[in-house]
Amino acid sequence: MTTKTITVARDLLATNKAAAAGIRAELRRRGILGVNLLSSPGSGKTTLLEALADRFRGRFRMAVIEGDIETERDAERIRLKGVPAWQITTGGACHLEARMIGKVLGDVPAAIDFLFIENVGNLVCPASYDLGEDLRLVLLSAPEGDDKPAKYPQAFLSADGLVLTKADLVPYVPFDPARAAAEALAIKPGLEVFTVSALRGEGLDRLAEFLAGALDRQRSRRA
Amino acid sequence: MHELSLIASVFEVLEDEARKHRATRVTEVVLKVGAMSGAVPDLLGSAFDAYKKGTPAEDARLEIVVVPVRLRCPDCGGETVREETDFSCAGCGSRRVEIVEGREIFVEKIELET
Repeated sequence: MTTKTITVARDLLATNKAAAAGIRAELRRRGILGVNLLSSPGSGKTTLLEALADRFRGRFRMAVIEGDIETERDAERIRLKGVPAWQITTGGACHLEARMIGKVLGDVPAAIDFLFIENVGNLVCPASYDLGEDLRLVLLSAPEGDDKPAKYPQAFLSADGLVLTKADLVPYVPFDPARAAAEALAIKPGLEVFTVSALRGEGLDRLAEFLAGALDRQRSRRA
Repeated sequence: MHELSLIASVFEVLEDEARKHRATRVTEVVLKVGAMSGAVPDLLGSAFDAYKKGTPAEDARLEIVVVPVRLRCPDCGGETVREETDFSCAGCGSRRVEIVEGREIFVEKIELET
């Protein structure tokens, strides 16, 4: 019997990174902008997507992949807007992984502009998993409190945009959008910040233009 | 929160390496865990203990090396090592830093009996 020590240096996220790279290449080839939405449960991801579906109608085509632990509810809400949607139920897992997206990608119509991925509601684990998206948006709703960026830095560090949702509730809850934005910007300088109320429509135009601009940039790089 | 699924990946690596080297037992496992990886060392330890029963790594010792966050500054070219979540360059204060280390989770080394 002999004992030997082997240096393996094997990355545990390598499988996910490889799957994500494949998805990113495929989306770019098709000219689709992938957008990964991260937030706590109940911060308004599905409501924001419903509002964007209304805003984009006639201008852009979108599809949505929904991630939840259980139920088809979110995909059903999106389909009511006439938008193709797929529900991934993780059965307990706290985040989506790239290979789950890969399984659905073949069914996504080629002629769309945006593929939104609504991650499992969780401000922690989804931050560590690249899904092959081009853009990552983190949502923070007014009732959650403006002190969350510093408490969950990884989600904000990994994001390209911060969407402060439920702005219509700001008068009723202790939430200062400027403070939330400043805290997030201290973690991630250059983060684009949007204050929206999906219910009343405030701030949606700017967010829609930002997404349209990102789509244009992705397609012009491809051309 | 997903430490158990990370440990499941560790065991895939262990089984793969044990097969390659025709080993009968795994006696030591060294993991490198970035301070910003999102994985908690204590929870990885508990998950490892729960998972190892009945595997060739049943009696393996687990060592977890925490890798601090290392930042590179594109403005002054300096490097900063941070323990806490402060993503600024210690040299010039720039916040445009790039994280070069501290987000990884690696199986670094294993000790096998053949």
